[in-house]
Parts: sequence; C-alpha cells; structure tokens
Amino acid sequence: MLDFLYSIFVGPFVDMWSLPDFLIQVLWEGFVSGVLYALIALGFVLIFKASGVFNFAQGIMVVFSALTLVGLTELGVPAFLALIITLGVMYMLAFSVERFVLRKLVNQPDIILFMATIGLTNILIGLGQWIFGGETKTMITEQLWLPTGSSVWEPGGGLVIFQHIDIAATVIAVLMIVGLGFFFSYTKVGRALRAVADDHQASLSVGISLNQIWVIVWFAAGIVALVTGIMWGARSDVSFSLQIIALKALPVLVLGGFTSIPGAIVGGLIIGIGEKIFEIYWGPLFGSGVEGWFAYVIALIFLLFRPQGLFGDKIIERV
Amino acid sequence: MTATDSYVTPDGRTIGGVMMEMKNITLRFGGVVAIKDISFDIREGEIRAIIGPNGAGKSSMLNVINGFYHPQEGEVWFRGEKRPSMKPYQIAAQGIARTFQNIALFHGMTTVENVMTGRQLMMKKNFLWQMLRVGPAMAEEVVHRRRCEEIIDFLEIQHIRKEPVGNLPYGLQKRVELARALAMEPKLLLLDEPMAGMNVEEKEDMSRFILDVNDQYGTTIALIEHDMSVVMDLADRVVVLDYGKMLADGTPDEVQKNQAVIDAYLGVEH
Repeated sequence: MLDFLYSIFVGPFVDMWSLPDFLIQVLWEGFVSGVLYALIALGFVLIFKASGVFNFAQGIMVVFSALTLVGLTELGVPAFLALIITLGVMYMLAFSVERFVLRKLVNQPDIILFMATIGLTNILIGLGQWIFGGETKTMITEQLWLPTGSSVWEPGGGLVIFQHIDIAATVIAVLMIVGLGFFFSYTKVGRALRAVADDHQASLSVGISLNQIWVIVWFAAGIVALVTGIMWGARSDVSFSLQIIALKALPVLVLGGFTSIPGAIVGGLIIGIGEKIFEIYWGPLFGSGVEGWFAYVIALIFLLFRPQGLFGDKIIERV
Repeated sequence: MTATDSYVTPDGRTIGGVMMEMKNITLRFGGVVAIKDISFDIREGEIRAIIGPNGAGKSSMLNVINGFYHPQEGEVWFRGEKRPSMKPYQIAAQGIARTFQNIALFHGMTTVENVMTGRQLMMKKNFLWQMLRVGPAMAEEVVHRRRCEEIIDFLEIQHIRKEPVGNLPYGLQKRVELARALAMEPKLLLLDEPMAGMNVEEKEDMSRFILDVNDQYGTTIALIEHDMSVVMDLADRVVVLDYGKMLADGTPDEVQKNQAVIDAYLGVEH
C-alpha cells in the first residue's frame, strides 16, 4: 500500500528532480504538441464563433489540404506554386460549402448543421481517397524551406534535443494565432464575424452579407487546416489517420471554451503538456497508453465543474 | 398636395416630397394573404406610423420595406426609382435601417461595439491596415468611433457603454438597438413596435427620442404600433391596417374620426 502511494505522490517527483534535462525534454515535447492541438482547435473555434456549428469536418480538412499540397508536388508542380493552388482549393471548398450546404440550411437547428458537417467529412474522405489514393505520403518539408535538423542543448551535463521543425511549427503557429486575434478584434470583417455569430437578422439589418462572412470563416478555417496539415505532416506523415488527432481538439475546446481563441491556445497547451508529463511519469502505473485517454478525462472533469470552459462566453440565464 | 410638394407642419417642421412609395403590395404565405393590395407613401422628413390590431400585417409590411420579405405583387419605389428585388443587406446599404419588435442585438458585444456595427458599411480601409491599427485605418476608426459616441450621448446610454448588452434591462436594450440603427445614418429609419413592453415612463422617454431623432438629424421615420394612443402625438400621418387590408390613411385626427377605424378598434355593434 505504501509502495502504491509512493509511486503516485512521491516517485514521479523524485524522477523529475533527478533528471532535470529529461524533464525539460518532456515539457518541450508536450509544449509542441500542445501548440499543434491549439492550431486544430483554432480551426474549430473560428467556425463555431461565426456560425455556431461544431465543424466535424475540420480534421479531414487538415488531411485533405495536406494531401492536395503533397499530391500536386508529386505531379511536378513547384512547391510554392502548389501551396498557392492548395490555398485556391481551400477557397473553392469554402465557397462550395457556403453555396451548397450552409445556404440551404439557414435558420435550421444547430444539430442539423452539425450533421451536415459529418456528411461533408464523408464526402472529403471519399474525394481524398479517390483523387490521392489511400497510401501514406511524405510532407515536402524541405521544398517549403522548413528546417529539418536538430539542436542539442546541454544544461549542466544533461542533454535536451530540439527538433528545428518543432521550433518552426511553434513560431508559425504563434504568428498565425496573433494574426487571427488582431483580425477578429480590430477589422470590420472581424466585427462582422462576431455580429453574425450573435444574431443573423440583426446582422442583415446593418448591412452584413451572411453568405460572404461564411465563405470568409470557412476559408480562414481552411488556411488554419493547411498550416496544421503541413506541421503535423512534417512531424509524422500525411495519411488519413491524421484526422484522429483532430478529435483531440474536442477536449481542448471543452477546456478552453468553444468561443475563445485564447482558450484554444491555453487548452491546447494544458492538454499537450499534461498528457506528456502524465504519460512519462505516471504512465507505468496504468500500463502506459495514457496519452490516448488523458485529455478526455480532463475534459470530463471540466464539464462537471465549469461547462463553459476556462475562457468561454459566460452563460447568462435570464428568466 | 402632390407627390413633389413640400409643406410645413403645425409645429414648424418641413415635410418634403415622397421618399418611398408602396404600390399595390400583396404578400402571401401559401394560402394566407398577409397584405392585400396596399398602397401608401412615406415623405422625406416625416414620422409615418403604421398601426393596426395584432395580425394586421404591420410587421409584414415593414419586412417588405426592409427586404426580408418579397411581395408577390406590387412595386416598391424609393427616391423616384422602382426598386428591384434586393437582399436585406443591400437594402441596408441604400440607407434603410431598422429595429426589431423582439430586439435583435449582438448579445456578446458591448454597447459601443454594437453601435459600431452600424458603421460597418462605411468602413472602407484595407483589413491589413485595420489589423495593425495604423495610419489611415486608425484615423477612420477614430472618426467612426467619435460619431458613435455622439449617438450614445444623444440617447443617454453613456453609463452602459462598456456593458455587454446581454446583461442590460429591456428598455435599455431597445435604446441600444435604436443607437445602432442611428449609427448607420439612415435616410429612412424603420421602428418595429419601439414601445412594446415598456412602462409609461420608458414609453415617454422613447417618444421623446424618436421626436428628437427626427428633429435633429432630419431622419425620416416609419414606425409600427398597435397602441393607437402612443402614435397620435407622434406621427404626422398614419396608415391603419386590419387583416392585411387598408382601413384608412391620413393625419392622426382624420384617422381617429374614421368610422372603419373605430369599428376595428372598438368592435362593431351587431
């Protein structure tokens, strides 16, 4: 019994203390995956803010955009041209979603729109496999001038390895999040986005075109998906199994709140770092595989005590 | 009195020629006729009321003017031109603003932000500049913000400028909604039951604001009410609807003496 308590409350901290460089390594790994979770969650938040829809298709959009990019370069298109064409494809996707799905479903209950995004997921999976095939592809990291090496840091005789791609992913994600933050807070389009999220009729009455706004948010979510796809693809590979990581965005959103960009970031980091630490230091207690469920347990606890998340819009009840 | 004549009201305001003309409007929802062959006009600078009992077709008429509904028959003329079928946001761009019977505000935003959305169509600078908050975009933001603050002062809602509107009491929400519509600097302002659900004091405040808006900004106002007494002191001319049909059109005095109107409101003896 005492051994068991020791292995929960004391052992892991002794391990952390005795190998500080390893702890730093774990924290860094957790931080990077946290940043990438945050990126995925950001794609969800964008669409949720503007249309109140939980976009189930965000995960497959990540895969689809990455596949398009890689597929094009396999055909011999230069990398940067392929990048631009992929952006064009994501715009076409946003346009089609608005034209053929959202426009038909204006004023329908949210659950109907949610179901529509599940349908969209299946269409994109089918389309992706039909066009690009089902096999795993390698991200064109070098053609996009992304760094591939690694640096070693030796604090007091220890050893911490930083993959350059991880550093690049962090920098790009931060730039992207800051850019979107400014876009939402200070531009008239950003203001219009928030207006549409609140009230459709009122938005129309002040001269906001709903159709235009929806194309813009879905395109923005498409850009976020592309960046996420490039970064995840560079760390692992590009395959349809990538969309599973999109499910990790769900606990991130529960934690951070569905409507908050800062929430997506903080939620992503908590989940990313938390699950790495827990896996490494407490994992053996559970026979490892902790990474698979840790995030969902945290989300469950949050749902019990703070259902609107850390930064979500406060739930105002008027009776 | 012809369409282009202007005249001066007893209280000294000048009413211009016809701004908007509804010609033989008929609106049907399936088999239900909401509005049947109604024609009337709205003149520059006047306060025009549309009244009638519940279900008379008042809100439907406002939605036709505002473009939420498209009538099956009839024409809408605005400033001497026949208006083609347009979307509500395009009509907003023409200078027609409105408020809603059951308040449509952006609940998550503060009062100031809500009012700023009214300037949406006037902000022209590139979003990249707006993001960076520099140069011409910042100057533009400041100009519009100043204008919004003036309107907020005008409607006496300074104390709730930074308050999320979802938290505000009903009467103040109505006022914020009016402020947002005014921020659009509309040529024609449509008010859907601006006094609904208010107590006497709030009604008096709102009446005063409506008169002030018309007086100071020269805004043409078309408003809907089902309470006849409220409108009589406010409106220059009144249209009375009942079951989608027009009962009367004239000054408040004329309308009040009209037998059909009296029957509709008080009931006919059988």
